Amino acid sequence: MTIGLEHYLTVAAALFVIGIFGIFLNRKNVIVILMSIELMLLAVNINLVAFSAFLGDLTGQVFTLFVLTVAAAEAAIGLAILVCFFRNRGTIAVEDVSNMKG
Amino acid sequence: MIGADLSILIPEIVLAVFAMAAMLAAVYTSKDAVAPALTWGTALIFVVMAFYIAVTGEGVRVGFNGGFVDDGFARFAKITILLSAAAILIVGIEFMQKSDLLRFEYPILVTLSVIGMMVMVSSGDLIVLYVGLELQSLALYVIASLRRDSVRSTEAGLKYFILGALSSGLLLYGASLVYGFAGTTQFAGIIETATAGEMPVGLLIGLVFLISGLAFKVSAAPFHMWTPDVYEGAPTPVTALLATAPKVAAVALFARVVHDAFGGAVGEWQQVVALLAVLSMFLGSIAAIGQTDIKRLMAYSSIGHMGFALMGLAAGTEQGVEAMLIYIAIYVTMNIGTFSFILSMEKDGRHVTDISALSSFASREGGKALALLVLMFSLAGVPPLVGFFGKYAVLFAAVEAGMAWLAIAGVIASVIGAYYYLRIVYLMYFGEDREGLDGRMGLVTYAGLMAMAALIALAWLPGLNLLGLEGMAAAAAQTLVR
Repeated sequence: MTIGLEHYLTVAAALFVIGIFGIFLNRKNVIVILMSIELMLLAVNINLVAFSAFLGDLTGQVFTLFVLTVAAAEAAIGLAILVCFFRNRGTIAVEDVSNMKG
Repeated sequence: MIGADLSILIPEIVLAVFAMAAMLAAVYTSKDAVAPALTWGTALIFVVMAFYIAVTGEGVRVGFNGGFVDDGFARFAKITILLSAAAILIVGIEFMQKSDLLRFEYPILVTLSVIGMMVMVSSGDLIVLYVGLELQSLALYVIASLRRDSVRSTEAGLKYFILGALSSGLLLYGASLVYGFAGTTQFAGIIETATAGEMPVGLLIGLVFLISGLAFKVSAAPFHMWTPDVYEGAPTPVTALLATAPKVAAVALFARVVHDAFGGAVGEWQQVVALLAVLSMFLGSIAAIGQTDIKRLMAYSSIGHMGFALMGLAAGTEQGVEAMLIYIAIYVTMNIGTFSFILSMEKDGRHVTDISALSSFASREGGKALALLVLMFSLAGVPPLVGFFGKYAVLFAAVEAGMAWLAIAGVIASVIGAYYYLRIVYLMYFGEDREGLDGRMGLVTYAGLMAMAALIALAWLPGLNLLGLEGMAAAAAQTLVR
């Protein structure tokens, strides 16, 4: 069996869905949400690199580098906000992020 | 060659250099003591850049291999963004000084976010779109949790961050599919694939993901859930910022993507955008009725108004984009005025946002109550105030595009929505007399409120003709829809 584009796309789609479910079904810890966000972005990267190799076009890989860079900045800012929140609230459990009801 | 490309970017470069220089200068000098001067300076630079764009901009210039587009549409959006951000910075200064929030990071972060917005509205490529969007969002996440010692502010920042990152993920997944099926990230290339015969299914799925990611950013229902919490928790000047400039940028980016990249396939996205518009209008009108906190109420109000702006976009015509631009410019003006008032709501030296505190406000402060009355009537869309002309433009565009059902839904939603705006007016004029707001309004905030109220109350007069807004919006829409 040869591994083709569709296999990569399936893996990426599965990872992406796991990431989304990790955000919505997770009831425990905000850190897990940050990991889920990272998983979503990495799924996108697999997509981009697979398409890039399939199309023989470098743009997708350039896009991937931008996504990686921005993901690092995003994680840094997310953790910084989380630290501030922890200092005020003393917990990072998801159910305690509920001072305001939405 | 590269010089020609860079000359398109001059406003963004000036702002970026300014932000970095201001950061260095503030760190090496007296830090927060320079914050008021820096905030005024930032607002001044925004205004200067807005004039620069208005005076020097002409025609359509494309740079960086199609990645960055400077056309009439981008210029209209950029000028609106810069002026509204400048106004919000200025009216917020007194509040921030009083509540000891005016740190030097604030104007710098606003500048970075504004650069992101300007890149967003000029993007001609999915990579540029993504980088601009993230620059804007990352700065805003930090600004939302500006009050580091408050649970509510940090919680607002956290919620904004998580849902914002989720929306970026959706948008990015859509972008990757669009890239894969169109073979390019450039809008000019995508539109060729999108219009050549039947649209590939993968491209359509990518488009739907892109639209949901963008809908998060404009806080259109059903992707609105972050808005009320973030608006309530963030410090009020930050809420005012979130309700104005980023909304302009997100709506303009939405129009840019669907018209520049998918312009030939209007039928493919029209229904989706129309559905977003209807849901937002009704959710904004109905969910706001039970609110007791004015910042939460303004959050639902902004969801409803975004629904009307998207109605113009859903028309899918040049007239629709023109109506959308008119609507969003008027919406921003009304919101600057309303938030100037909210910034001054104070009781016993503490900032209050409870609507009941407005009770019988008119008997004590007639002038300010009258200004708020004008703004509320205009938000509700009562003729002849300016807010009515925005609603009229989008409804007319929807009818002209053969979407009368959408226009009827809009009228019903705006009638429902009028209830909660009028309730505020009722409370101010006929509410029972009791201890209410007693704070004194700062001079700058007062000037902001009165200027916006006067603009809303008078700009429709025949001699003023909305200050030429319609002509500018028409010229802008013309460059986008071809």
